[in-house]
Order: sequence, then structure tokens, then C-alpha cells
Amino acid sequence: MNTDCPMPVTQDEAIRLGHGSGGVMMQHLLRDVVFPHIANQWTSQGHDSATLAIGNSKVVFTTDSFVVSPLFFPGGDIGELAVYGTVNDLAMSGARPLYLSCSLILEEGLSLSVLERVMQSMARAAAVTGVQLVTGDTKVVERGKGDGLFINTSGIGLIEHSLEIAPQRIDSGDSIILSGDVGRHGMAIMASREGLEFEMPLASDCAPLQSPVLELLAAGVEVHCLRDLTRGGLATALVELAESSGRELAVQEAAVPVTESVQGACELLGLDPFYVANEGRFVAFVPREQAALALAALAKNPLTRGSAVIGNVTEGTHAQVILQNSLGSERLLDRLPGEMLPRIC
Amino acid sequence: MKYLDEYRQRASIEQLAAEITRITSKPWRIMEVCGGQTHAIVKFGLQQFLPDDIELIHGPGCPVCVTSLEMIDRAIAIASRPDVILCSFGDMLRVPGTERDLLSVKAAGGDIRTLYSPLHALTVAEQNPDRQIVLFAIGFETTAPAHALTVRLARERGLENFSLLVSHFLVPPAIETICASGASRVQGFLAAGHVCTITGYKHYQPLADHYRVPIVVTGFEPLDILEGILMCVRQLEQGCHRIENQYSRAVAPDGNHTARAMLEEVFTISDQQWRGVGQIANSGLELSAAYADFDAQKRFSLPASAHQDTSGCISGAIMQGLQKPADCPHFGDRCRPEHPLGAPMVSSEGACAAYFRYCARSTANEH
Repeated sequence: MNTDCPMPVTQDEAIRLGHGSGGVMMQHLLRDVVFPHIANQWTSQGHDSATLAIGNSKVVFTTDSFVVSPLFFPGGDIGELAVYGTVNDLAMSGARPLYLSCSLILEEGLSLSVLERVMQSMARAAAVTGVQLVTGDTKVVERGKGDGLFINTSGIGLIEHSLEIAPQRIDSGDSIILSGDVGRHGMAIMASREGLEFEMPLASDCAPLQSPVLELLAAGVEVHCLRDLTRGGLATALVELAESSGRELAVQEAAVPVTESVQGACELLGLDPFYVANEGRFVAFVPREQAALALAALAKNPLTRGSAVIGNVTEGTHAQVILQNSLGSERLLDRLPGEMLPRIC
Repeated sequence: MKYLDEYRQRASIEQLAAEITRITSKPWRIMEVCGGQTHAIVKFGLQQFLPDDIELIHGPGCPVCVTSLEMIDRAIAIASRPDVILCSFGDMLRVPGTERDLLSVKAAGGDIRTLYSPLHALTVAEQNPDRQIVLFAIGFETTAPAHALTVRLARERGLENFSLLVSHFLVPPAIETICASGASRVQGFLAAGHVCTITGYKHYQPLADHYRVPIVVTGFEPLDILEGILMCVRQLEQGCHRIENQYSRAVAPDGNHTARAMLEEVFTISDQQWRGVGQIANSGLELSAAYADFDAQKRFSLPASAHQDTSGCISGAIMQGLQKPADCPHFGDRCRPEHPLGAPMVSSEGACAAYFRYCARSTANEH
């Protein structure tokens, strides 16, 4: 009997969808192709935004592109997402978001009423978060060369406190706080895109995070690090933070809230909610003695009422994430390798 | 969550583990046949609950892993045609063919759609009457009834632009091949519960009798698997070799009559090529004469696959329980989920991917 594996190596010479999923493939793309050409003190920090000293101010600058399909989904739409996504990246540096740009890439044939609805949604989201859309750009591409509408927003915010909030500040003994249940956005998009119908409805968690973060700071919590959970989910965010801080994180699976509808849909499709995208959740690393204070502050905001301590930073010297499951056994968490694909049976 | 949490409770798991430890008097090697079981074993760390004397061997029950290189190359050739839309389960897209995988074909402009239900392929066919829709129908007895239903409905609806690229596998002949192999280390089997939901388990009796191995039809939750192991160890300790059914909440002795009748109508049994293992007689399904019109291999003239077996990956040995993923020199190094050298590293049900994802690994961390 032949026991050789007939497996030649395949070469990745073109961009594939997995390069955009926030996992290992994207990490390698940035490391090997993008960063070598633009290396500087900011790109090396592995942060979602750059903190710039301008005059006496600390200005935070970030950008994000939104290519979601469908444009409208249960719990949100691309306009709301384009404002909240960039606002959230600014908030994760502890900044007060101030100004956003808005670039529209429109596909020939897009209905004007759709664009109108998206712009109304952006205006509402800007009002909710107290930011202003102050500049922008509009381009039209031929039919078939865009998915209806792509939006890019860049944003700046101001840091009004003296803390440094960054992965490098994560310390052993820190408590890890998660701001709510995970996996809603990814499952809502998947259900809506593929026409999957579940008994219990799935809605995106799309939400602005600047107010809970600013409230956390106002309560006097000495926040060490913040990270919003987007593509790649909770697992990928934790692994990235373990690697950029050089720390070992221990997380209790049972402490991570997952709603029954997300859990059910994930079980059915063979997906892991720890890797499913979110758009309104973050993790905060705070000194253990301040965890109760932080939870109390977060509990006051409806967006973060479901916050919980899900683990802590250990004394361990390996940069890794240990997940303790409900049975008491342990395993290591890894990043999402590439695109998340439902399994066969 | 109802119907899940009950099977994941620590106290019950520990109780079963203690009983397994109590009755185990010497080393036993048990194979869980299905990749879904392998996935649960590593995800929940079930080996940590077992005594050192119980060794679990991971079987060939991962459809993505065993689909032959030739078949992947055929899917790639079909998907590369401009007149075709290939519909496939997501897992298959990442499995390397001789030169590339389906994701690369998609990146190069091939129209490949990921399905959640085979029936969705019919909708795609109805919406695209000027294109040829090909469903990449892979799997074991579990997914075969859904494919049978799909092709039956296609004929009822008169969909002439629809066909199937069938790569179906049957589990019992693979178990027999493992038993018959002189190198086999397996002393007892946990049979795949979902396969038996369709087929029942009476046909395992001759295998158990002939090779004198206990076979326990087992479910997929932690509690199911530990109970299956307990039943198997009990038989081994007593020197028995019966068929037992741990998964009785889903599996009847005769299986599902409706599904079996549909399989007999749509498919016939054929020889099948298992990737990494080789040809196994009567271990596959192909479309029966009545449905031959829907066979994509007949509809498209496909070039002969020029596949080259390059050694290096030990998937065949792993799927027969002769070696463990960590025994492979490429595991976690050249072979990783984002860059698989072998199919068992692709699917979440593949032993290598499951090990990579869930097991503590010092070497893999260093790369």
C-alpha cells in the first residue's frame, strides 16, 4: 500500500481572498510585501492606528476600507460600518475621534436611492459618535468592477490623557476584559449573504466604541491596551496581542459570552465563534486590581453591559494564548489561517 | 445550549474517564474513524482525560483528505472553463491539486461558488441557464443522500445545464483495508455515528467477526466519544468483538430507509482511489446508469491527470494509524494550515489540521 502523500507545493503568486481575512495569510502579506517598502517607527508597532506628536498635541490617525456585501444587513449597513469602524480604531488608542474623510467608489449602475440611504446612515452614525465628515472623494468604476459601493474612511482623533495605550504596555497580572458576546457580525453577514435562515435571527453587533472607552478612562482605570475585534475574531486579536507584547495570555472559554443563535449557527456550519468577525466588541487589558472598577464603568453603557473578565496575562514567557475549555483541558489558540470556510459535514 | 451542553459537562466526562481508567488493565489502541470525532478529541483535549494505556489512532474519515489528486485536478480543469460555474463545499477549495488549488482558479477568474447545501446548486443552475453548473459532490455515506436528492430533483426539473463531479467514499471497505493490513495497530474501532445514521450498522458484523475487533458506533460530542471508548475498552478487556451502538439517539440498526433507497436508486458501488492510501475495491459511489447523463466526467472531455506523487507528506500512514501528525518532519514547519502540503492539514477534520490548531506544540511555535 502506498503511504506517500501525493502533495506538491503550490505557490501563491496572486492575491487570494484569504489574504484579506485578517489571519496568517494577511500577516505574511504585510510582512513580506507591504511593510518592507514603508518601514518606519509607526508601522513596526502593529497597531490599528498611528499616534503622532504634532505641536503639543497627540493626534491619532487611522484609515479603513469597507467592502461588505450585502450593503444592508441585519443590524447595520455599510455606511454605519464605515463610520463606526474608523471611530473604533481611533478609540482603541484611547483617543477622542474628531474628523473623518469619506471616499466613495461607486459602481456604474448603483441605484441613487441606495447611495442616499447609505449617506443618511453615515450622517446618523457621525452624529451618534460626535465626529464630522470633513473631506472626501468620489470615483465611479465600470459595471462589474466594484461590488456596488466601496467606502474608505480615514480619521483623526485627539488623545486627552497621559496614558500610553499600546500592546507593549500589557503586563503580567493584567485582567483581560471582553466587552460583550462574540461572533454576531460575521454570522449575520454570512446568513444574509447566503440566504441561510435560522430559527433565531442573527443581527450584527455593529456599534461605536468611543463612549465606553472614554468612560473607562474617565472612571480612572489605568488601561494598558485596547483592541477592537474585527476580522479573525477574538482568537486572532488575542494572538496578535500576545505576539506584539511578548506575553502569555490565559483565557477561560466558558467566560466568553456567545449567544445561542450564534453558537447554533456556528455548530451547524462547523465554524468557531472565536474566529468569527465582530464590529462592536473590544478587549481591554487593565491591572487586576482595577478589573472591578473597569467592569462597573462598562456596565453603565448599554453597548458594553455584557462585559466580563475572560482571562489574564500570566507570568509565562512564551508569547501565546492558552485556552482553558469548559472541561478543564487546555489548548493553544492560533490565528485564522486564511479565509474562513464552512466544513463539509 | 440545549442538546449540546448536556454532552459537554465536566462532571460526566470525569466520571466516564474514571471508569475507563478503572477497567483498563493493559495498553489498547482504538481508532476513531471519523474526522469529526478527531476534531472533537483534540478540540476538547479528551486524550488528557484518558489513562496513558489508551492510545487513540485517527482514522481516514475526512472526505476532503481522501479525495484523490486526480479528482481535484478534474475539478480544477472543469472550474477553469469559462462556460462553467463550479459549486463546492468550502473545505475543498484549499486542497492542493497537482499544480494549484481551486482558490487559485477562483483568483484567476474561475467562477466557483461555495455552497452550504447541495440543493442551492439547483438554484444556481436555474438562474444561469446559459452556463454549465457542476456540483463537486464529495463525501461519505453522510452527504451522499443529499447529493442523490439533488440530482433527482435536477432531473425532475429538467435541468440540462446541471451535472455532478462525484467523489464519494464508503467507510466499511476502508475499515476492512486497515484491518487486513499486516501493519495495522488498531485493536478496536469507534465507527462514525453520522455515517451509520444513514446506513445502520448491521453490515459491520462480518468485519467484527472476521477480524475479531470490537466496533462501537459512536457520536461526536465529548461525552459520546468517552462513552464509545469505555464500551470499546470493556469489550477489549473481556476479549469480545461485538457491534455496539453508543449513538442510539441518532442511529437505528437499519439506518434511514428513505435515504438508503435514494442512494440505491441514484448511485452504484464502484472502486475508489483514496488519496494517500491507494485504490480500495468497492469503496466508492458513482452515478447509476439511470443518472449517467448527469455525470460531469462524461459531459466534459477531461485531460488525463499528469499527477506526480512527491513523497514528503505521510498522510497515508497517518490516516491508517501507522504514524501521528507530529511524526512528520514537515508538520508545523513547511506544512501549515495556510500553506498545506497535504490534505489532512486542510480540513478542520483532518488529523494534521486538528493537531496543529489545538495541540500544544513547541516546534511549530518557533517558526
